[in-house]
Amino acid sequence: MTEATLINPLDTLVDQFPSGWVKKDERPGYSGFIVEREHLLEFARTMRDDFGFDYLSMVTASDYLAEGKFDVVYYAYKTIGGPALIFKVQVPREDAVVPSLVALYPGADFQEREVWDLMGIRFEGHPDLRRILMWEGFEGHPLRKDWKEPFYEEDVKPYKSRWPEGKPVNADDRNPFNDNVQYPTGFDPERWVPEAETLLYSGLQRTTHNEEFKTDELIVNMGPQHPSTHGVFRMVVSLQGEKIVDLKPVMGYLHRNHEKIAERNTFLQNMPFTDRLDYTTSMSNNFAYALAVEKLMGLQVPERADYIRVLMAELTRIMNHFFATGFLLNDLGVYFTASLYAIEERELILDIFEEISGSRMMCNYFRFGGVVRDVSDEVLKKIHNLVYDRIPRKLDQFDAYLTNNEILRTRCEGVGVLTADQAIALSTAGPILRASGVPYDVRRADPYSIYDRLEFDVITGNHGDIYDRYLVRVAEIKESIKIVKQLLRDIPSGPILAGKPAYQVRVPAGESYGRVEGPKGEMGFYIVSNGKPNPERYHVRAPTFINLTSLAPMSRGEKVADVVVILGAIDIVLGEVDR
Amino acid sequence: MSPEGLSKPEYQVPQEMQNQVALTTLDRLYNWSRKNSVWPMMFGLACCAIEMIAAAASRYDLARFGMEVMRPSPRQSDVMLVSGTVTKKMIPQIVRLYNQMPEPKYVIAMGACASSGGPFKEGYNVVAGVDKFIPVDVYIPGCPPTPQALLHGLMTLQKKIESQSLKEVSWYQKGPGEPIPVPVLGPDLIDMRKAALIREKSQPVTEPEEAAVAVEEAAQNGELPAKEG
Repeated sequence: MTEATLINPLDTLVDQFPSGWVKKDERPGYSGFIVEREHLLEFARTMRDDFGFDYLSMVTASDYLAEGKFDVVYYAYKTIGGPALIFKVQVPREDAVVPSLVALYPGADFQEREVWDLMGIRFEGHPDLRRILMWEGFEGHPLRKDWKEPFYEEDVKPYKSRWPEGKPVNADDRNPFNDNVQYPTGFDPERWVPEAETLLYSGLQRTTHNEEFKTDELIVNMGPQHPSTHGVFRMVVSLQGEKIVDLKPVMGYLHRNHEKIAERNTFLQNMPFTDRLDYTTSMSNNFAYALAVEKLMGLQVPERADYIRVLMAELTRIMNHFFATGFLLNDLGVYFTASLYAIEERELILDIFEEISGSRMMCNYFRFGGVVRDVSDEVLKKIHNLVYDRIPRKLDQFDAYLTNNEILRTRCEGVGVLTADQAIALSTAGPILRASGVPYDVRRADPYSIYDRLEFDVITGNHGDIYDRYLVRVAEIKESIKIVKQLLRDIPSGPILAGKPAYQVRVPAGESYGRVEGPKGEMGFYIVSNGKPNPERYHVRAPTFINLTSLAPMSRGEKVADVVVILGAIDIVLGEVDR
Repeated sequence: MSPEGLSKPEYQVPQEMQNQVALTTLDRLYNWSRKNSVWPMMFGLACCAIEMIAAAASRYDLARFGMEVMRPSPRQSDVMLVSGTVTKKMIPQIVRLYNQMPEPKYVIAMGACASSGGPFKEGYNVVAGVDKFIPVDVYIPGCPPTPQALLHGLMTLQKKIESQSLKEVSWYQKGPGEPIPVPVLGPDLIDMRKAALIREKSQPVTEPEEAAVAVEEAAQNGELPAKEG
């Protein structure tokens, strides 16, 4: 770390490099820098090593069909806090190749694979550039603007009537195969040879023969239907005896095309879709999306709405951490009993959500400029009872039964260790990053909403193992309670929405990135608007998707029974991993 | 279930014996025991799976219906709760799991996605309803259905089981049942039952004369005519 780490270099950045390498992005509504493709690696290395942008948070790309080029977008931060370094590389559509940053930032691994899969941009030098969400052999790159899905109707919503002449038109009937499929011309299904996943298996590390102790080498597929994988997630593990030699996650089994659908939707139509990303924390997804769009619109949120938003986000965090802890115990083998205890309070919080939003899980509660309904005093009373009585009692119970439980400690201590350097390099976020001792919390590092006036601590661990992740989660519940108590004390009365409720919002052209500290880590939305009612580009920075990059480094060398727990401690939700 | 449910209402059992003795038919006894021990497969796809967990947890408690025994293996389960969006990448596994379940087996499509594709229907990787591939017994609407709705769906399934008769059920008929062909992941999802249709509709749309001209031209240029298919 040099002194340059501590100053903000963004204003004078262009002068630091030879002319032409780096330009300011001067399109109206855009910010950041445009870097020449040939000098990307050098630029990134300088920014990381000399200026301390050690945390590459997000990699994505957007397709500008009219201009015939792709923008590959990078968001990097300093883990000591501060604004983002946004840099972009522009490549022509017919020559879509960009140097890979995996060697500098290992956390870019899955994200670059995702960009390759969905946009068709090659990353030169990527160690394992396979499709990640779709399967090898799938025709086309779906997020390109000129790629059309089988049920394509029009470019953007609202569509023309689906009930012309009083009769419904079924999307299936319009398709020649009467199904959601399309094939290239001249395709013959009988001659098709399915992909045998050779690339996947040949990429696995194997061990050399063990001289002292004869063990068999095995390749085990866990998932996609497996009780311990928290949904439809698959791990391919190569084993030496019981020891894990290498692991490769396979995902995409719940890839439901959130981003493609969102680019056809209007801005507000996307709000209920964000609920279904991480379906246990819908409020916090709403929050990030609302922030991103509000940033573009320049909206000020009324005071009361801000309080309600933070209140809901913190209740979500409490709920999620209970859930995560309960299922961590499930993964440890405490079959269901412990998780039943842990999710008891979750129901009470869901009751509150149901009362204010009308739905238990898919709240769809936030709007651009506020929230959709006010919170009544009875609900506030209920929350008051929860945070002053029930939840602290539950936490005491946790402490009594779990925190010093010998079995829990022996199973979790020293397992799945991630050092602070590794955690930063792998772009992990949330409790994983903090358990490794990095005090990085978006609520503090880059405060949004009213977090700058709330008092709470950023919890960190010391060892970066599973036990510390458990401790961080439990302590974060305590901090959330602290925040909720302050909110209940200070909540003002007043309007809950800026302006009038509207179905169609006018969003000026430009790009924006809204992020919150979700329960699982940094939840962000990257949005490009072209002034029309629909987003031009819509990308979700899903925390658990990126946290999964750290699964393989954490699992190598551990026993196969522990990999389930390591996965459980990441706390993945497949809706968000696969989107 | 109370013994009244088991006894045939036509037969009178003395009051004092009603807790010990039931007069009934084989069908009724068979269905009564089956419907009160429907073991679901421990199989969650998406958001609906969380509501399924909530339904199994203490507040809603599936155990009241004899359904608390979630089996991770398809070979030990009676009902498959398809709880969430079915994607093209996942459907081969779902069909395989369904084929591995022993008869009698039932399928519940929980939520809008499993029933029809739901909000994600237009997506390129989404199967528009699990019933495109496997037969569904009960559809539960909702996104996601509340635990109460799930319980109602399971009770509807119990009613369906009650109405079946040993004489007619498929698993006591002669001959083994046909497994459903597992779909293949190609350039898009290939339903092998529709292979002929796919080949026919994917033919290049050229007029016969044009095609002949194209072949002639190719021959003139010294290229081999393009392989059919």
